[in-house]
Amino acid sequence: MVEDIIMRHGATEDKLMPILLDIQNSNERHYLKEEDLKTVSKILGIPESRVYSVVTFYSFFSLKPRGKYIIQICDNAPCIVNGAYNVIDDFRRALGIDMGQTTNDGMFTLEHSSCLGCCSHAPAARIGGELYGDLNTDRINSILSELRRQ
Amino acid sequence: MADLILQRLTKHCGNIDPYDIDDYTAAGGFKALTKALLLMKPQEIIDETKASKLVGRGGAAFPTGAKMQMVHDAPNNIKYVICNADEGEPGTFKDRYLMESDPYQIVESIIIAGYAVKAQKAYIYIRGEYDKAIALIKNAIERTRETGYLGKNILRQRFNFDIEVRTGAGAYICGEEFALIESLEGKSGRPRYKPPYPPIAGLWDCPTLINNVETLANLPYIVLNGGKEFRSVGTDSSSGTKLICLSGNIINKGVFEVPFGITLRDIIYSIGQGIPNDKELKMIQIGGASGSCIPPSMLDIKLDLADMRQHDLSPGSGAIIAFDNTRCVIDIVKSLLRFFAHESCGKCTPCREGNPQLYNIINDFSNGTATVDNYKALDSLTQTMQQAALCGLGQASPMPVVSTLRYFKEEYDMHLSGNCPAGICSLDGGQAK
Repeated sequence: MVEDIIMRHGATEDKLMPILLDIQNSNERHYLKEEDLKTVSKILGIPESRVYSVVTFYSFFSLKPRGKYIIQICDNAPCIVNGAYNVIDDFRRALGIDMGQTTNDGMFTLEHSSCLGCCSHAPAARIGGELYGDLNTDRINSILSELRRQ
Repeated sequence: MADLILQRLTKHCGNIDPYDIDDYTAAGGFKALTKALLLMKPQEIIDETKASKLVGRGGAAFPTGAKMQMVHDAPNNIKYVICNADEGEPGTFKDRYLMESDPYQIVESIIIAGYAVKAQKAYIYIRGEYDKAIALIKNAIERTRETGYLGKNILRQRFNFDIEVRTGAGAYICGEEFALIESLEGKSGRPRYKPPYPPIAGLWDCPTLINNVETLANLPYIVLNGGKEFRSVGTDSSSGTKLICLSGNIINKGVFEVPFGITLRDIIYSIGQGIPNDKELKMIQIGGASGSCIPPSMLDIKLDLADMRQHDLSPGSGAIIAFDNTRCVIDIVKSLLRFFAHESCGKCTPCREGNPQLYNIINDFSNGTATVDNYKALDSLTQTMQQAALCGLGQASPMPVVSTLRYFKEEYDMHLSGNCPAGICSLDGGQAK
């Protein structure tokens, strides 16, 4: 499977990031396994140390299993002054976890995010690749129950 | 209000289906590309761009025509165009708006740029958070290729060109041109030493034209109407329009295309309709997270490169964030520094060490443990970073500190004496949490 992804992109050095992103996206728990990195290193002819350095440089990559839905909450100034800290508290309370943690059922991971470019609908979060703006307690609870139903 | 908002780059936004190439063509799309390829030599396009006095819209305001000329004149056979769509500057969402509402215009603009500098291939590097923009641009490239505007012998000319989409992975630094290039090459996004600059030795050391989305989006207008007509809007120092992004504590948030030369007051009170919930404006930050923070008394300054430079300001990316009088300046600066400390790539010492140290000192102000000596430390740290950091991140990240010390010094002093006027900072000696 990892081999398929590499072949689809082409086994060249510049494809390292798109390959890693695809491998991670194809994993239900949204993370990169050690053996995946070794395979990538071998086929692309890039030292394992450099693959590891790229993986640890970009905040999208994770070496730990994460939830089915990654909840990235923007905590930049435009969101902060529109209530981002309340949004963080609401998610923590609703899920019973802290930032950076994953719920026991493996459904949700809470993460901080850089600006999502959703400032005109602050406060905002990106959940499973979708943008959600104008967040408040009610909306957060309904988003979570909707996702739990799916 | 009518002459405060214009529609040059945004004329199709909201009026066409961003998926549908026929919609774009019916609205006049690809006319500029056709004119460029059939009626203009590459040098003529560059001459019109120079005549337009267009400067980069990503923040650095470098003359676009001069940059194109360097790439055009570089002796290599292989040349690249990169469209920088790694719009990570907090408070900035204009490129997202352009890509999501009119993606074909961006594709057309990149092809014109490629023809002008004699490149064969372009990359558009879109930040990974912009899922919808990525999908729309990919779709636009495919449809454009099917129509024959991308590929071999475009419009039966001896011009072969293609565009590939690459996505970021959550690193703010990759908006810096060399960090982006490193990232495209499959490495960690760490800026290179300059010179040489990208027009001489960029992607894989080949001559590379790298421009922001909004900068490139001006090219179709310039090709169709000429550089002189382009200057009919704007000021002597700043021609054309600028997309601004209003956010924070402001009623009418969003992206607006405005002519250069209007005042910040027009922007905040006419376009932005003022501050919500009967609050007063306390501060605005211009240009993104590394922009200057200024008080309402400076709102008569114009959105104009020369006028702003006189006040040590820059329009930057076009982000304008408003803060009302219930906000604490120290708390805002602290959140900005936390961001920079996290996003520093770690390559140069002034930025890697400077940002966490700035954060620590501002944190001391916010928890009540700062002393008068901290002012000296802030002064020396910010100067060191501004002068010695390798790239724009470390050079510009002290700006919120420098500007708030200049215009909001009394808030720092009040925190020193144990008083947060907004009641936000704990001032408990770091005991909380």
